[in-house]
Amino acid sequence: MLLIPDSVVRFFHRMASPPHFYAFTERLMPWLVIIFLFLTGAGLYGGLYLAPPDYQQGDSYRIIYIHVPSAWMSLFIYVVMAVAGAIGLVWRIKLAEIVAISSAPVGASFTFIALVTGSLWGKPMWGTWWVWDARLTSELILLFLYLGVIGLYGAIDDKRVASKAVAILAIVGVVNIPIIHYSVEWWNTLHQGPTVSKLDKPSIHVSMLIPLLLMALAFNVYYLIALIQRARVELLQRERNSQWVKTMVMENKQ
Amino acid sequence: MSLSRAFFAIIRRDLVLALRRRAEIANPLLFFILVITLFPLGIGAQPHLLQAIAPGIIWVSALLAAMLSLDSLFRSDFDDGSLEQILLSAHPASILVLGKIIAHWLVTGLPLLIVAPLLAVFLGMPKNSIGILLLTLLLGTPVLSLIGAIGVALTVGLRRGGMILSLLVLPLYVPVLIFASNAVEMAGSGLPVNAQINILVSILFMALVLAPWPTSAALKMSIN
Repeated sequence: MLLIPDSVVRFFHRMASPPHFYAFTERLMPWLVIIFLFLTGAGLYGGLYLAPPDYQQGDSYRIIYIHVPSAWMSLFIYVVMAVAGAIGLVWRIKLAEIVAISSAPVGASFTFIALVTGSLWGKPMWGTWWVWDARLTSELILLFLYLGVIGLYGAIDDKRVASKAVAILAIVGVVNIPIIHYSVEWWNTLHQGPTVSKLDKPSIHVSMLIPLLLMALAFNVYYLIALIQRARVELLQRERNSQWVKTMVMENKQ
Repeated sequence: MSLSRAFFAIIRRDLVLALRRRAEIANPLLFFILVITLFPLGIGAQPHLLQAIAPGIIWVSALLAAMLSLDSLFRSDFDDGSLEQILLSAHPASILVLGKIIAHWLVTGLPLLIVAPLLAVFLGMPKNSIGILLLTLLLGTPVLSLIGAIGVALTVGLRRGGMILSLLVLPLYVPVLIFASNAVEMAGSGLPVNAQINILVSILFMALVLAPWPTSAALKMSIN
C-alpha cells in the first residue's frame, strides 16, 4: 500500500462503491464503444484486405483474426474471473463478486466462438470438423468449466452465497487448468502422434501480425464493454432496495 | 480432545455409520459392475476390441461410480446438523473434513479395488496390466474423492444438486482419467509406466494437501 499513490487508491475505493461505479461507467461507455469500433474496423481491414494470402492456406487462414483472439480471451477471462472472485472472497467487495460472475457468460461465449471457428477452419484444412487435438480438447473442457460456473451461480438462490461458491469454484478451476491442459497434451501425443499438429507456429509476417494484435485489443475492449453492461444490470438487480437505485429510477421517470 | 484424536474419531464415526447402512456401500459397487457389464452388450463381445478398450472402460466406470457415491459424503450430516457442529469445533475444519473424505474413500473407493481384478479378467485384460490397474485405482480413487468433495461441498445445500455436481466435478477428473488409463494400457503392451505412476502420486499428494481447504470453505458457505 505504501508504494501506491494516494490518488490511485482513492480511485479504486470509489470504484468499489456501487453508485459511483454505475455513474462512472455510464460516462465511460460511449468512449469504449468508439475505441472498440475503431480497433475492430482497423483490425478487420488490415486482416481481411491488406494482409496477403498465406502461401499454403490461401485465404482461409484469415479466420485467425477471430479465432486466435477469442481463444486468448477465453483463457484470460477465466483468470480475471478467478482473481476477481478471490478479491471478493477476501475483502468482501461486492463489485468484485459482480465482476467475477459477469465475466463467466462472456468467457463462455469466447470459448464457444473459438471452438466453432476452429472447427470451421478445420473442415477445409484437416478435412474434418473435429479432431481430438490437445488444444481443441482442452478448450472444450474449458467450456465445461465455464458452464459449471454459470450453472452453479444459477442454482443457488441467494446471490451473495452464489458469488462465494462461484469464486471458490473459479479458484479451484484456475489451479486445475494447467494440469488439465498438460495432461491432455500428453495424452494426445501418446495416442496419435503429430499427425494433426501440422500447424506448428510458422513465424508470422508483420503484415499479418499487426491486424491480429489489433483484433486482440478490440476483443479486450469488447470484453470490457460486455462486462460493464452485465455488471450494471446485475448491480441494479442486487441493489434494487437501496436508496440510490430508488432515487435514480424516480429521477428518470420525470 | 487433541486434533489427531478428533481426526480419528471422525473417521471411526463415519465408518460405523456406513456399516450400519450397508446398502450405501453396495450401491456404487453394484453400479461399477453393472456399467462394465453393459459395455460388452453394447459394443459386441469381440475379445480384441474389449481388450483394447478395457482400461478406458474400467476407469470411466470408476469415475462415474465415484461421482455417484459423492452425494452421501456430506448429505446426512448436513441434514441432521452434525456438519454444523463439526465446522464449529475448535479444530481446523479442513483437517476434520479430510477425515470425512478418507472415511468416505475407505467405504466407496476401496471396494472398487477388490472387484476390479475380476472385471479386468472378464474384459480379457492381459495379466501383467492387472497389477498396474490396481495401483492406479489405489492412487487415483482417493483423488476422485478429494476433488469430488469440493463439488459436493458447493452443492450440498441445493435441492437439485445432482446434475450440476457432474458438471462441476467431471472436467476436473480428466487428468486422473488420462494418466491412469494410459498407464494401464502401456503396461498391457509391456512398456514402462513409471512416468504415469509418478504423476499420479504427485496429483494425489497435491489433492491431499490442497483440496480440504476449498472443501471446508465451501461447506461453511453452504451452511449459512
